[in-house]
Amino acid sequence: MSMLKRILLAEDNENDVELTLTALGEHNLANEVVVVRDGAEAWDFLCRQGTFAGRNGGNPAVVLLDLKMPKVDGLELLRRMRQDSRFKSVPVVVLTSSREESDIVQSYQLGVNAFVVKPVVFEEFIGAVKNLGLFWAVLNEPPPDRLQPPTAA
Amino acid sequence: MSTPRTTLRRKLITSMMLTSTSVLLLAGAVFVGHDVVSVRRLLVDTIVTRANMLAANSTAALAFQNPDDAGQVLDALKADPRTISAALYDQDGRLFATYPRSGSPALVPQEAGPIGHRFESSALAVSQPVVVDGRRIGTIYLKAGLGLISERARVDAMVVLLAILGSIVVAFGIATWLQRRIAEPILSLAAVAKSISERKDYTVRAKAVGDDEVGVLAEAFDEMLEEIQGRDKEIRLLNADLEHRVAERTKELEESNKELEAFSYSVSHDLRAPLRHIHGFVELLSQHAGPSLDEKGRRHLATISSAAEKMGALIDDLLVFSRMGRTEMRKTTVDLGALAAEVVRELEVDAKGRRVDWKLGALPIVKGDPAMLRLVLTNLFSNALKYSGPREAARIEVEAQSQNGEIVVVVRDNGVGFDPTYVHKLFGVFQRLHGPAEFEGTGIGLANVRRIVGRHGGRTWAEGAIDQGATFYFSLPK
Repeated sequence: MSMLKRILLAEDNENDVELTLTALGEHNLANEVVVVRDGAEAWDFLCRQGTFAGRNGGNPAVVLLDLKMPKVDGLELLRRMRQDSRFKSVPVVVLTSSREESDIVQSYQLGVNAFVVKPVVFEEFIGAVKNLGLFWAVLNEPPPDRLQPPTAA
Repeated sequence: MSTPRTTLRRKLITSMMLTSTSVLLLAGAVFVGHDVVSVRRLLVDTIVTRANMLAANSTAALAFQNPDDAGQVLDALKADPRTISAALYDQDGRLFATYPRSGSPALVPQEAGPIGHRFESSALAVSQPVVVDGRRIGTIYLKAGLGLISERARVDAMVVLLAILGSIVVAFGIATWLQRRIAEPILSLAAVAKSISERKDYTVRAKAVGDDEVGVLAEAFDEMLEEIQGRDKEIRLLNADLEHRVAERTKELEESNKELEAFSYSVSHDLRAPLRHIHGFVELLSQHAGPSLDEKGRRHLATISSAAEKMGALIDDLLVFSRMGRTEMRKTTVDLGALAAEVVRELEVDAKGRRVDWKLGALPIVKGDPAMLRLVLTNLFSNALKYSGPREAARIEVEAQSQNGEIVVVVRDNGVGFDPTYVHKLFGVFQRLHGPAEFEGTGIGLANVRRIVGRHGGRTWAEGAIDQGATFYFSLPK
């Protein structure tokens, strides 16, 4: 049995969090999701600092990233991750309401692994999130997790 | 300003010289003519007097019929070398004596001619009666050369010629001096005008010289320059102001464009999110509480759900429409024929089970954005397909015409058509001429067609009647 890896969901909207968790729950993936409310919190989680100091485990198998978030937004977090050797190869999927071409272009330039526009129709949304969870958290082989010893907080 | 072909200087001198020379020539000719006439008159008088004197001296010789005496009288003519010949005739007009005495008979007439004088080719011939006591006893004939007259004329001509030559020299001097006085101010005015036209420098002035018309001209010229300089300054100021205003407006436009982009971003992101939540939670609600709701309750949930879906579709359409107006055009050569065939192939999948007769005419290769032009054809073809749905056999014709330097693409169907009263509404955003119960759609397709064709520099229009089919046209510049 392979151990299920964690999914990091960076999403500030309560409703979206609930709908996403509902969708992931249909494949029993909901328990593996860590929810953070903005880019700063996501960064803390990744670096195991702040409220996440001393958490268990390594990098998440996938980061589901909303673009529009308070404090540090999705694109900024993506930029930080890609510039940091520890998180350079962590798969990131942008999951957003925006179909703005500039967002799509910028995300890919920063090295996103996938860009998914949340469908308005619920059935389609459920299907999309389920597929994403299944693919990235179960089917996809994540990069070998070169665990860095937690630096002093 | 071009350099003049003949200078004012030369024109002035030429005109003065021509005037003085022609006046001199005319005066000379009159002088010579008058002199010749008076010399001739003098000659006639002289010869007639001489003939009369000879006639008086010859009366005795004639009366006594003595030709020798008569010959002696005539010999006195030797003293004047001008005399060519002379003759004496008796009462009956017969030749009596001649001078020179041994002269050939051809030199004098054989019979006496009429009284009077007559100019011959180079001589003057005079005949006078010989009268004694009032009775005519004979005739005297005298012929003298005209050498004197021609000599006189030659001398006259020489004098006149010399006078003309001398006058020309003097006239040239005077003309040169005069032309300098007249032309100099004009030339300096011309130089100023030339320098202005070449350098566009309106600050120079002609500075009026003299109190004649040229002075007035220079003064007016300076006034005009003053005016031009003033206006030039005004135009420059206005221009600078205009440029400033354009820059300001451009900045405002750029700002409002940015605002518009932010707005469309917010439409894309912020409006879709709550919509998704409505749809999502209604679904969750119907899963959770559906079984305990009655028929009416479930119908309300379904209505909320489909309204949210519809709004999602509208937002998506609006975004596409706004993107069609904003995104940069990538113009290349587009084979409209190949593009149309491709679009038809894609649409045929949706039209399975229907009888559709596509008639694709030859379409040209045009310049344009391939993705945008594909959307134009897709919208027009799918409309034709949609509105010919009720027909047992749909017929859709596509062709291109070339007129007035434009390519006009025509899409004609045999569908339900439309009321031409509302043709102006066809291409508006979210404008529909059919209810959603009849034909589905948001009403953005033709608005996109118009926007794309407009950005390509073309026009869109339509013709149709209820139940008579519809024809859509769009033009592209060649």
